[in-house]
This record gives sequence, structure tokens and C-alpha cells, in this order.
Amino acid sequence: MTDLTSLTLAEARDRLKSRAVSSLEISKAHLEAIERAKMLNAFVATTADKALEMAEASDVRLARGEGGPLEGLPIGVKDLYATRGVHTQACSHILDDFKPPYESTVTANLWRDGAVMLGKLNMDEFAMGSSNETSCYGPVASPWLPPNWSRDRARAALSSGKRGLLTPGGSSGGSASAVAARLCLAATASDTGGSIRQPAAFTGIVGIKPTYGRCSRYGMVAFASSLDQAGPLARTVRDAAIMLRSMAGPDAKDSTCSPAPVPDYEAAVGRSVKGMKIGVPKEYRLEGMNSEIEALWTRGAEWLRAAGASVVEVSLPHTPYALPAYYIVAPAEASSNLARYDGVRYGLREPAADIVELYEKTRAKGFGAEVRRRLMIGTYVLSAGYYDAYYVRAQKIRTLIKRDFERAFADGVDAILTPATPSAAFGIGEKGSENPVEMYLNDVFTVTVNMAGLPGLVAPAGLSSEGLPLGLQLIGRPFDEETLFALGETIEQSAGRTALPEPWWE
Amino acid sequence: MSVDLKAVRRIAHLARIEVTEAETPHLQSEINAILKFVEALDAVDVDGVEPMTSVIPMRLPMREDVVTDGGIAPLVLANAPVTEDGFFVVPKVIE
Repeated sequence: MTDLTSLTLAEARDRLKSRAVSSLEISKAHLEAIERAKMLNAFVATTADKALEMAEASDVRLARGEGGPLEGLPIGVKDLYATRGVHTQACSHILDDFKPPYESTVTANLWRDGAVMLGKLNMDEFAMGSSNETSCYGPVASPWLPPNWSRDRARAALSSGKRGLLTPGGSSGGSASAVAARLCLAATASDTGGSIRQPAAFTGIVGIKPTYGRCSRYGMVAFASSLDQAGPLARTVRDAAIMLRSMAGPDAKDSTCSPAPVPDYEAAVGRSVKGMKIGVPKEYRLEGMNSEIEALWTRGAEWLRAAGASVVEVSLPHTPYALPAYYIVAPAEASSNLARYDGVRYGLREPAADIVELYEKTRAKGFGAEVRRRLMIGTYVLSAGYYDAYYVRAQKIRTLIKRDFERAFADGVDAILTPATPSAAFGIGEKGSENPVEMYLNDVFTVTVNMAGLPGLVAPAGLSSEGLPLGLQLIGRPFDEETLFALGETIEQSAGRTALPEPWWE
Repeated sequence: MSVDLKAVRRIAHLARIEVTEAETPHLQSEINAILKFVEALDAVDVDGVEPMTSVIPMRLPMREDVVTDGGIAPLVLANAPVTEDGFFVVPKVIE
């Protein structure tokens, strides 16, 4: 049965449509794979009964020749999406036992189109992290073995704290690990500073953060509302296109959600990139840059040139300020958004004599160290006397970052090619324990895209000399995800499909 | 800019997060590391630049001013840690 979990989403869809396989078979195969992969810690809740029920209903529709674009396809859902009556915790203790009485728009769209829910996926607490280590459920292991590690050594590490195993990145670490380990055909993820794209790069899969406003944020646990955006993780560019088409779309419940109709993204996969103009921003060539990443970037540009695109150097002069500005804007918005966790209306509550003490004790106990730190930074930069110096200045810099991109696009550039991450995946327990900024630097290539609200796609582009996956990022014009899918597929084809690791964890 | 221990305690109180005396120095050094990191922004000339308010140029949609929701008090209270007679319960606020 394991071969059913190795299908791409598109292959599984086609087999379901032709009745070569049933949704029940394919869903069961994935539930069994999840069971055997428990030690990876990718899923924090499995909804087996619900999955089987949904699969049976899909099979009935498929038998009648009916069904939506995702009919019968089993997927995973990041724990940040509200799913009615089902575990939804953003992997934070402060949401212990929370079961939302409503459904997020993105997941509702997926169920409308026939998808089957396998369960909820691990993530950094409130999506604050780049390695999935801030989750209240503990870290997720990547299915990729650390260089020169034997299966036995990795299996031993799995059952003893996972130290030294590779992180799948974050914050959508559970989603990335599950997709790469073939525990689901695809998964929902979310991206505030790189949380879809960095895990995609680290695990050799595809991720896209669409334009701000392309997907509804209704029912997504909020982190930084002006930066948060939903998107899929999948094993191929085509699969990501299929997922995004279902996830995206207008929604009256989110006033920042675009009313524009959703194009058929899958139709863009395979479209010629001949004549396209690709910008390579010189400011992304960092001092002391990893030479493998630099070589990969050059190779990516060559692939696109070979496919008929032209490659030009562009300048995005405010790039170096994006990450520091992000670490003002995102914590500021988080401190406001997370004020709702007060121990009164839902989630954890610590007993106290008065209301202020109740808030303080509940929030001290419910939030993990990284979340507490960011909430305090956010509170500080918004506090009287500092608001202009920090928050307003950062928002002005954001205007400048966006203007950089607008100029490049006005000069006729169709998309921008950059590395996805400064390095391949690092080990669990390796980074950020001394200085939190060390971890933040992971997002140096991705965060500009959130600051400017643009779409960004990461596709696997090959392996490092140590055999670990590396990704390239394509940045597009607002609402031009189609160009990214066309270019992404060119990279995917030129690099050759990355062979995902064999299941050593079983 | 950097924060002292007194400021850390003040920020924690504003954020309504209890911090112990023992963890304050560590928090101080972490917050100062982040503040040092964002100091890079001081080098940017932002004179005459409008702060960003909306990343995508979009007009806030208006809808008809009608009730579209409600009558779901039990659902609203369903996840509350303590309720009584259809209300959230908190420690006494007014003496």
C-alpha cells in the first residue's frame, strides 16, 4: 500500500477520477503511514474517523462521476487553522483544549472541493519560529537524515529528544515534514516571514506564499495580521497550484481578502517562460555567503535562461533593512493580536485573586519563551515615547522596501530569482539558544516578500554537497502567482525531481 | 537604545506577562540583543516617506449595515474556562 502515499496529488486525483483507486484506500494508506511515523512528531492530532467518513462520502460522489477538484484527496492541516470541533491550538499551551465552533475559510474551501482531513500538523507556537522548536508539542524531525548518519543512529535520536536530527524548518515544520515524509498528499501552511518557504527549502518540497489578500485569513490564528498569509506545501509545483486554487478566493469574512476571481493556476504549470525577464537582485548577494547557495542561485538563473528567459541584475536597495523592520512590525502586531489570550474566554486559565494577576499568571504559564519575548518586544515598540522611533519608522521602511520591488517590476521584470535560505537545514538544538537573532537570520531572503505583500514560491533546486535539499525562491508581481508556477515548474524540471528520503523512521 | 531591569519589569506588566526576578536579567539581554539588531534602521533616511498602512492597494469593502450573526451564546461560551448562567466568570473587579 505504501505506493499510494508516493503518488503526487495530481496523480492521486487522476487515479481517483478514473476509479483505479478509492479515496478510502488512499486515505487509509496515509493514516497508516502517519501511525508508523509518530516519532517524527509531525502530526499533533489525527482525525482518523473523520478522514474515513470524508473519504467514504468522496467515494460516493466519485462513483456518481461527481466531486470537486480535490475530491477524495487526503491532506494535513497546520494547527493554526480553525477546524470546527477539532483540536486547534497553534501549538500553544494557552489554547489547551480549545475546539473552535467555526471553520476557517481556507479549510472550508478545501472541504468544499472534496479534500479529506487527516489531522492537524505541528508548528512553532503561534507560528513564531524557524525550526518548529517553539511548539508546545516539541520539535518535529525532518525526514532527511543528517549527513553521514545511519538509520540506527537517527532512530535512536528520534526516541531521545531528537537532538542532532535535522529540523524541517518553521514555522510550518509539521506540514513540511509530513509532506516530505509522504504522510499526506499536501498540507496547508502559513507564512508571516518565511514560514512556508523556508520549510519547503529545508525538506525538498514546494511551497508558495501567495499575494497578501489572495487567501482569506478568517479562522487562521493571527500572528501579524498585515503579514500573515495562507499557502500550501506540496511535493510538486503542479500540486501546489492545485492546492492554492482551492484555498484562495474572495471572502466577506476578511476585509483584506481580495475580491478578484482565482485563476486556474494548474493551467500555468507547463506554460512557456520564453521571453520573460527575470531579475537577480544584487543586494541578496550577502557578504560571506555560503558558496553552495551562491552556485545554486547562478545555476537557477542558467536554467531559466536556457528555457528562453532573460536574466538581468536588479537593485532592491532597502533589502538589508527588511529583517530588522520585520522584527518591529511583526512583534508589534503580535502583541496586539495575542492580547486576546486572557484566561477568560477560552484556553488556559490560572487561578488568581484579582483580574490583573489572572492575566499575568495565565499568560506567563500559557506562552512559551519565544512568544513571551516577542510580545514584550512588541509591547515595548508600541509603548508611549517609543512608537514613532520604532513602529512608525519601521512602517516607513516598509514603504521603501515595497517601492524597491515596484521599481524593478516597472522596469519590465516579470519575476525575481533569489536563494530561499542562507543554508541547508540545521540540526535540532543547534541555533538561537544564546541570541534569538541567530535564528531570525534564517528569514533574510524571504521576509522582504511579506513586507511588500508579494507572492513568493520556493521550489527544490538540488542537493548540497552533504546531500541535503536546497531551494530557490521566485518573487512575483502582486496577484501574478501564475508566472511563479510557470517559472517554478521550469526550475523543478531543470533540477530534476528531488528523490525524497526512504522511510528510515518506520 | 537599550532597556534596564526596571524597564523589563514595566514592559512585562504592560504585556500582562508575569516575570520572576530570576528570569529578568536573561530577558533583558535578549530584548537588548533584538533592539541592537533593529538599530540598523536608524541609518535609513525616512524623511517624507509615508508609513505603510495597507500592503496591497485595496479599498476597505463596505457591506449593508445589518445583523448577520448572533444568537449563539452557548457557542461563544463553549470554550470558556469558567462560566455561570450564560456569563464569563472573572475574579471580582470592582470593590
